[in-house]
Amino acid sequence: MNEAGTVLEEKVFYLDRALLKRYADASGDQNPIHQNEEFAVSVGLPNVIAHGMLTMALVGKYVSDFAGGSAKVLEFGARFIKPVIVPAGEKVDLTVSATITEGDGDKITVTLSATSAGVKVLGMAKAVVRV
Amino acid sequence: MLNPDSVGSTFAGTDSITLSQSEIDAFCAVIGESDTSIAPPTFTIRITLNQFEEILTRPEIGLDWSRLVHGDQKFEIFSPVKSGDQLTCSATIESYRVAAGNEIVSVRSDLQREGQLVISAWSTLVVRA
Repeated sequence: MNEAGTVLEEKVFYLDRALLKRYADASGDQNPIHQNEEFAVSVGLPNVIAHGMLTMALVGKYVSDFAGGSAKVLEFGARFIKPVIVPAGEKVDLTVSATITEGDGDKITVTLSATSAGVKVLGMAKAVVRV
Repeated sequence: MLNPDSVGSTFAGTDSITLSQSEIDAFCAVIGESDTSIAPPTFTIRITLNQFEEILTRPEIGLDWSRLVHGDQKFEIFSPVKSGDQLTCSATIESYRVAAGNEIVSVRSDLQREGQLVISAWSTLVVRA
């Protein structure tokens, strides 16, 4: 079941402004572009955007679930290519899927896909987990 | 502008950071993780980004944190961290370049517990022109 080419089940997370506030408090990243629409627009963003690291934390949850626990995640990396835009009063999707790209003994490499509103938000997203 | 002389240098962060169960619980709650016995894979960004900010904005290094965006992030986890762990953090400026007026800095953080490396994390930070 852990052979290269195996496609893992898709999972959808939902983000709203309240979640961004909770992540800001949990991570300590209180940058106003993640909470204050007026500020976000003033610095050239289309609207409030999610923390890239919140997106990555949710994708990390997907990886932990696949691996059978956070303790089995050995490597995890991604590039932030587009923001997840979170308008007031809306829940936006973060749709995550993955393909096993290497299955080598006790380690598996998965290549991850993450989109929001159909737009790819992470690039070169990859994790190595212990099995 | 970042002082180019700082590239290749390693800077020690705060003496020691002790992780609490409540901060791990709060992070887990946001992502829907029910197992709070260890920290989720990206949890230590909470430590790393603070340390980067403290170190990179020192007058002798000179990064402008207010125009910063996160370009990419990678973690290597040798041993997961948990509540009660006492961690020290260092930051190494691995590379620096300017492209189209943007400053692009690659920084590595090494978290140690009792002298053992537990998590290395690489961040590419971009200071927008």
